[in-house]
Amino acid sequence: MLKILKYSFYDLMRSRWSYVYFAFYLLLGVVLLFLNNDLSKAVITLMNVIIVLVPLIGTIFGVMYYYNSKEFTELLLAQPLKRPSIFLGQYLGVALSLSMSLILGLGIPFVFYGLFKSGAIWDFSLLLITGVFLTLIFTALAFNIALSNENKIKGFGYAILLWLLLAIIYDGVFLMTLILFEDYPLDKLSLVGTMLNPIDLSRTLILLKLDISALLGYTGAVFKQFFGTNFGLIVSFSVLVVWVMLPVWRIVFKSKKKDF
Amino acid sequence: MVSIENLHKKFGKNQVLKGVDLSINEGGIFAVLGPNGSGKTTLIKSVLGMVIPDKGTIEVQGNNINKSSEYRHKIDYLPQIANFPSNLKVKELIKMIKDLRKPTNEEIHLIELFKLEPFLDKKLGNLSGGTKQKVNIVLTFMFDSPLIILDEPTSGLDPISLIRLKDLIQAEKAKGKTILITSHIMSFVEEVSDEIVFLLEGKIYFKGTIQDLKTKTKQPDFDHAIASILTNNHA
Repeated sequence: MLKILKYSFYDLMRSRWSYVYFAFYLLLGVVLLFLNNDLSKAVITLMNVIIVLVPLIGTIFGVMYYYNSKEFTELLLAQPLKRPSIFLGQYLGVALSLSMSLILGLGIPFVFYGLFKSGAIWDFSLLLITGVFLTLIFTALAFNIALSNENKIKGFGYAILLWLLLAIIYDGVFLMTLILFEDYPLDKLSLVGTMLNPIDLSRTLILLKLDISALLGYTGAVFKQFFGTNFGLIVSFSVLVVWVMLPVWRIVFKSKKKDF
Repeated sequence: MVSIENLHKKFGKNQVLKGVDLSINEGGIFAVLGPNGSGKTTLIKSVLGMVIPDKGTIEVQGNNINKSSEYRHKIDYLPQIANFPSNLKVKELIKMIKDLRKPTNEEIHLIELFKLEPFLDKKLGNLSGGTKQKVNIVLTFMFDSPLIILDEPTSGLDPISLIRLKDLIQAEKAKGKTILITSHIMSFVEEVSDEIVFLLEGKIYFKGTIQDLKTKTKQPDFDHAIASILTNNHA
């Protein structure tokens, strides 16, 4: 698996898109710091961008990479290699190279701005950690979609749909439910609802660390009580880990049964 | 070398293989023929473990291949379509496949044979179809495995490379290896193969030498013999 990972990573590190992605984050980091002139504020703005963009890029890149390397995968399948190691290697290659673009692209401008001397370093690290988690989750989901769909167009369609669902539609439905059932105590429900969507979970985690939870009103207080504690933090990260594990497990499962 | 028993495979509603029984002895060149959609590629991919059969067993050198990957050390496979990661250079790809399988020096001779030296530092994405096929051939033949499977090996090759490929196949045969070939080019098959296996509608219709086939179908040449099978069976 490590060999496949090495070569996939190497291949991607030389692809133009990795550089475009890297350059985009670099530019975003520089522009935000320049406009905000403040590390903490830049982190908040960045969060809003990352929370939506990272899943999108992870999904599209994952699907694209799978379909593009299909014939090569077939060549690898004819080698004395185990199937799960081929697909996990490729998956990790994509996810890690995307994560690296994210970390370096955002890290470099922030470090030059004086990140290490500022108090925002923990917030910023949390931002990057959730960014990496989102990359791992959505690339794995993308591989799942691609493995289940031979048809490229369908695969891309489902991938975009998945992103739309989790990044936008979920929030809408969630909000509607909250409005619809506003007469009932909803703090538990909203807590669970937030946990079930990795994008919402990441957003809440960062928001609460940024100490702007007061803006969230009563629910914010409940959230703060939960996510603000160590227990909440551990539970949240466990949920994120589960979100990575489940699609990865399905990649292994599916790849063992698939015909090429 | 390879023995296949009662192999069934269905893709959706399409029953591709309907109980294939085939045993291939060690040494010699075997051509797998059949009309489009007769299950040639499915059969070959089942032997490689790329397609997972619904029913039946496949043994390579006496070992059941089910859920194993080690047996593929004994197989060299040339896929039909060669498409490699476009950002890798030719020599990096060769190095990578060697790294994944085992060290060998055989590629030096093959690169020379197919005149690939000028392309070694080029990225795979910039190569023409024929050159990619040559790289593909180098990757296949550089490991000295006892079983070689070639899926449409002639596609995209120029006449000189085709002659070299034929020589290469004969040289491997002389070493006592077993070679499985699928091809649509009948003259190529007639020239290189010792025995043919004819698949029709998911079953083995005929297995034997070309001479046997001619006698069986009462046709003077190979092309017509194949054509007569197809017309008689309305395939």
